Amino acid sequence: MSLASELLQYVLSGLTMGGIYALVALGFVIIHNVTGIINFAQGEFVMLGAMFMVTLIGVGAPTPLAIILSVILVMIVVGIIEFGAIRSAKKASPVTLVIITIGLSTAIRGIALLVWGTNPYKLAPFTKGGPYHIGGATIVPQSLWVIGTTAVLLALTLFMFEYTYWGKALRACMVNKFAARLMGISPSRMSLFAFVFSAALGALAGMVIAPITYVTYDMGLMLGLKGFVAAVLGGLSSTPGAVIGGLALGVIESLGAGLLSSGYKDGISFIILLLVLFLKPGGIFGTSGTKRV
Amino acid sequence: MVRFKKMSAILVIVLIMGLLVAGCGGTKTETDKTTAETKEPYKIGAIFDISGKGSSLGIPERDTVNMIIDEVNKAGGINGHQIELVMLDNESDETKSALAARKLIEQGVLAIIGSSQSGTTLSTLEAIQKAEIPLVSAAASIKIVQPIADRKWVFKTAHSDALVTEKIITYLKSKAITKVAFASMNNAYGDSGLKEFTAAAAKGGVTIVAKEKFAPEDTDMTPQLTNINRAKPEAVICWAIPPSASSFTANYRTLDLKMPLIHSHGIGNKKFIELAGDAANGVIFPVGKLLVAEGLADTDPQKAVLVDYAKKFEAKYGARNTFGGHAWDALKVVLAALEKAGPDKVKIRDEIEKTQNFTGISGVFNMSPTDHNGLALDSMVIVEIDKGKWVLAK
Repeated sequence: MSLASELLQYVLSGLTMGGIYALVALGFVIIHNVTGIINFAQGEFVMLGAMFMVTLIGVGAPTPLAIILSVILVMIVVGIIEFGAIRSAKKASPVTLVIITIGLSTAIRGIALLVWGTNPYKLAPFTKGGPYHIGGATIVPQSLWVIGTTAVLLALTLFMFEYTYWGKALRACMVNKFAARLMGISPSRMSLFAFVFSAALGALAGMVIAPITYVTYDMGLMLGLKGFVAAVLGGLSSTPGAVIGGLALGVIESLGAGLLSSGYKDGISFIILLLVLFLKPGGIFGTSGTKRV
Repeated sequence: MVRFKKMSAILVIVLIMGLLVAGCGGTKTETDKTTAETKEPYKIGAIFDISGKGSSLGIPERDTVNMIIDEVNKAGGINGHQIELVMLDNESDETKSALAARKLIEQGVLAIIGSSQSGTTLSTLEAIQKAEIPLVSAAASIKIVQPIADRKWVFKTAHSDALVTEKIITYLKSKAITKVAFASMNNAYGDSGLKEFTAAAAKGGVTIVAKEKFAPEDTDMTPQLTNINRAKPEAVICWAIPPSASSFTANYRTLDLKMPLIHSHGIGNKKFIELAGDAANGVIFPVGKLLVAEGLADTDPQKAVLVDYAKKFEAKYGARNTFGGHAWDALKVVLAALEKAGPDKVKIRDEIEKTQNFTGISGVFNMSPTDHNGLALDSMVIVEIDKGKWVLAK
């Protein structure tokens, strides 16, 4: 293998994981923009999506149906959570709400442990077919699914923000909650919408990554943290920033594991987080680090 | 100023999350109380990695121990005393494992079996040595029983990594392989394997051309494998347990690497094959004889014990695995010592140390004051996975 094809291999591996980090980061950013809180249960949405999918496939549902049903299930669960846990505490400060989401994440993980147990589950890839070889590097079809899904969801998210009523209403809430309310937009309804939309993103991320990583009740913890790092890299409030942050983090991790030492992979990403927080708190791509609603 | 506030808020959150990852919740208790009939029951403690990353080891160990205790108590107990088992789950966490050991010591158990993994065992040893209570571990690392001077109260029944690496080197030599790559989990099990393998390789004339590590929760080892491939080894050795061992194997096949893939005894359960799927075929690993019990020669002293355990376990809990076997050995060694010594911790320890010709699941045990493991090289066989089944490798 030449150095070029090795580098290509690292980048391809990195983009696969990075795509997932990006989807998780997108969820962080959308909720943060609308409600001002950092939702640490985002990783658990990923886990729930994958778990529901495994369960539905297990009872014989065809893949497309299982995907749709799982997304709807996760959206319902998160809708209930938003309605019950977040809205009832809406007078609380953002820090309190963040702590509530940490509690929620632990609770969801605990319930998942009781329901699905500790064993990892396996999900078959969406499409069969051998690995493809590109310029000496190898990629499995499922990685293409991950990268493709990330691209489509990103496009959808941007389209929604720019061209739909709901997206524009969300943006209005980000810019000025008070003015948005004067225009007849209900911030609490927008908060519900942001949570449910992020839940769908997370659930889809969980489903496309499941065939590559196996599904465990605690998979959401690390994915949530990595997604958070990606979101901070991107400035916490920029949608494209989150995606670039996610992909960059994935590639950096992969290059770090390949070229430096594989033992320090997670260390590298958290050191990057700290460096960004110390040197450029607004995020590498952040433009509006101080805007919060 | 606002920026600074935001930064510090995020820093605080990061720290909180760090603490959460480091350890959340208390230790879960799984108690199996059996009523005392006439005589006072004997209390034995157990700590296993029942949940968390080590659960593929801890669950069969829990099941095996429950099965034996049921059997023994139904048959009238030990010397007429029922056995009361206090089993704790350390959640595969080293700190919680140490806490669990303290809890058991406070409850006044006569002996402790466990934990399932090297890391979770090592963290309990200080308390065990101080409390002077016999511990029989089901984990691999040789460090659990060495240096022997600091391990007076500690025994173990799993094959030591030193023994396993020797077995692998012997196998490599028989195939005339001299250049290998070594990939290991970044934890106590992997590190201990790496250390022992490096020593054994130097002695056996095998060169390690690449060393790679991955985290237990990693799911993509393609970068590490790319590095390994560049070093052009003649065989690759992977020191890990599922699920990461399965991910490693799946990635290995995806990259279409042609060298033989040799695993450690950490994959001695069906979960590995289940998760790795077709990728598992062709994997070679050294392991106790349990997996291929029916295929052993009738003259093998262990055959009857192995087939009997496999049959009973599979009737109740599903596919056999070597980890349940380690727990079987640990508990049976303790019970045998208890039968001879009575409820006296010092005497129990002495009896465990005197264990001779004890036919267990992992091998025939011959313990001594200098060997608290007691297994020999011939207690292992080289197994190959063929069409999702374990067969003796040629």
